[in-house]
Amino acid sequence: MKIAIASGKGGTGKTTLSTNLAAFLAEKEHVVLTDLDVEEPNSGLFIKGTLKHSESKYKMIPEWDSAYCNLCGICQEVCNFNAVLKMGKNIMVFPELCHGCYACSELCPKNSLPMKEKPMGELKHFEAAGLSFIESKLLIGEEQAVPLIKQTIDYVDENFPEEIIKIYDSPPGTSCPVIEATKHADIVILITEPTPFGFHDLTLAVETIRELKKEFVVVVNRYGIGDDSVEKYCKAEGITIIGKIPNDRKVAEVYAKGDLLYPALPSVKKVIEKIALFIQGERGDSGR
Amino acid sequence: MKEIVVISGKGGTGKTSITASFAVLGGANLLVADCDVDAADMHLLLEPDFAGDEDFYSGEVAEIDQETCIQCGKCAEVCRFDAIPVVDGKYTVDPLSCEGCGYCARICPVKAITNSVQRVGNLYTSSIRTGTKMIHAKLGIGNENSGKLVAKVKNDAKALAEKEQKNYILVDGSPGVGCPVVSSLSGATFVVLVTEPTVSGVHDLIRVYELVKKFKINAGCIINKADINPERNREIKDFIRKESITLLAEIPYNENFTKAMTMGKTIVEFDSILKKIIVDSWEKIKQKA
Repeated sequence: MKIAIASGKGGTGKTTLSTNLAAFLAEKEHVVLTDLDVEEPNSGLFIKGTLKHSESKYKMIPEWDSAYCNLCGICQEVCNFNAVLKMGKNIMVFPELCHGCYACSELCPKNSLPMKEKPMGELKHFEAAGLSFIESKLLIGEEQAVPLIKQTIDYVDENFPEEIIKIYDSPPGTSCPVIEATKHADIVILITEPTPFGFHDLTLAVETIRELKKEFVVVVNRYGIGDDSVEKYCKAEGITIIGKIPNDRKVAEVYAKGDLLYPALPSVKKVIEKIALFIQGERGDSGR
Repeated sequence: MKEIVVISGKGGTGKTSITASFAVLGGANLLVADCDVDAADMHLLLEPDFAGDEDFYSGEVAEIDQETCIQCGKCAEVCRFDAIPVVDGKYTVDPLSCEGCGYCARICPVKAITNSVQRVGNLYTSSIRTGTKMIHAKLGIGNENSGKLVAKVKNDAKALAEKEQKNYILVDGSPGVGCPVVSSLSGATFVVLVTEPTVSGVHDLIRVYELVKKFKINAGCIINKADINPERNREIKDFIRKESITLLAEIPYNENFTKAMTMGKTIVEFDSILKKIIVDSWEKIKQKA
């Protein structure tokens, strides 16, 4: 079962929920936790495991080979991203603009733009008791997160083909990275906080997930602060709230240290137990 | 004209609340640009009138004309984005996966594929309650090119600020270290980094600053919730000293951040103690920018 944990607004507790839920479930069964927030991955700060494997991840970028090039300019013509330019007697490639579509490379009549690997990030695979943890980090200066998210999901699919619980800590927002991270999931848990910003961004996230036609539920973090707009909205829209993590300065303090919350705070443990039960139920329902 | 960009790497550190406070303090003298287009929230505090509304087009998406299509599958073969699955026995474009590279349209033997420009969002030029204007946007659901929309918000802001002879552009930047934040940072004269003393706050600050360094922009740092972990707070202060980043403010943990937001107010309009700290850091920013 694949569970994506997402939110429109940043800082509402995606990493908190992902790590605590994964560690809690891992006390009883094998769980895979994957951090797909490749721009700013944080789950690894809360999971202590031993490094099992690491690898560089590459994107494919064309590289000009002048030997047989007849400067016909087809490469420039077929590139929709202005990443290939013919300038005088040279062909210039701008890797940061390239989307890796292969059009210039494969449509070149002289095979003068072979695709070459360019590093874009680093994937790490850790093992802890009952818990496999995978994270990828985008190299600074690399602008496109999506290819790395895709390759990280592929790594998990290849290494863990079995039907176990897989939790994906997704990037924030509503655009391409979060779509990439959630579209393969069986269920999405949206985490929000009961504040005007949290509520507004939740409505955007809901629109996005509905567009993807995914089943989703909501967890409210910092419950007790702010107002009741999130609860009213969920009620009106028929969205299930599966847990409410109480607002407490102690939560912020435990989080600040890099510790998991549920072993230290009984009030949080109760909520995590409830969410875990919900997941068990969902798994039963889907016939597995 | 100075361009001040506020970013945070990690979400939920109080970036937008602090930026909106600066907007109130700067009044008519500055122009506001909300570049957090994925999850724009500034409008919730600054009451824009959404007066100037413009569609924003960017990127392309492929479409297959099923009448002409001979189901040869060449399009799906060349597509690197798995954007042409077979649905009900027909090759169909999944617009959410399509990158708009146009490769499929180019090689289709019967010219059944067309690439068309997509409306990706709305761009607004609004008057706001602080007596100035704000450029902001709403990205359509699941759309790409938020980097381009960010660049558009910034360019429009710059043009308008020049026209109206404003001294400052205040930018609420995007999260992360990728394309949108790169667009947010380009052209900035000063960067304000908002962080918090948590393991992830420190981690994200260090990463996003690596990016800021590439732009060679001077930076200042605001540590919010500064008292929730003395050790991490020291770690941040050591880091910013080492990197010659100006310490702008240490703001204690205070739930009035949320209370002010709930009332639709900025912190400087709600809490006099927090106001003093934020006024003080705004003065420092004006000197440094």
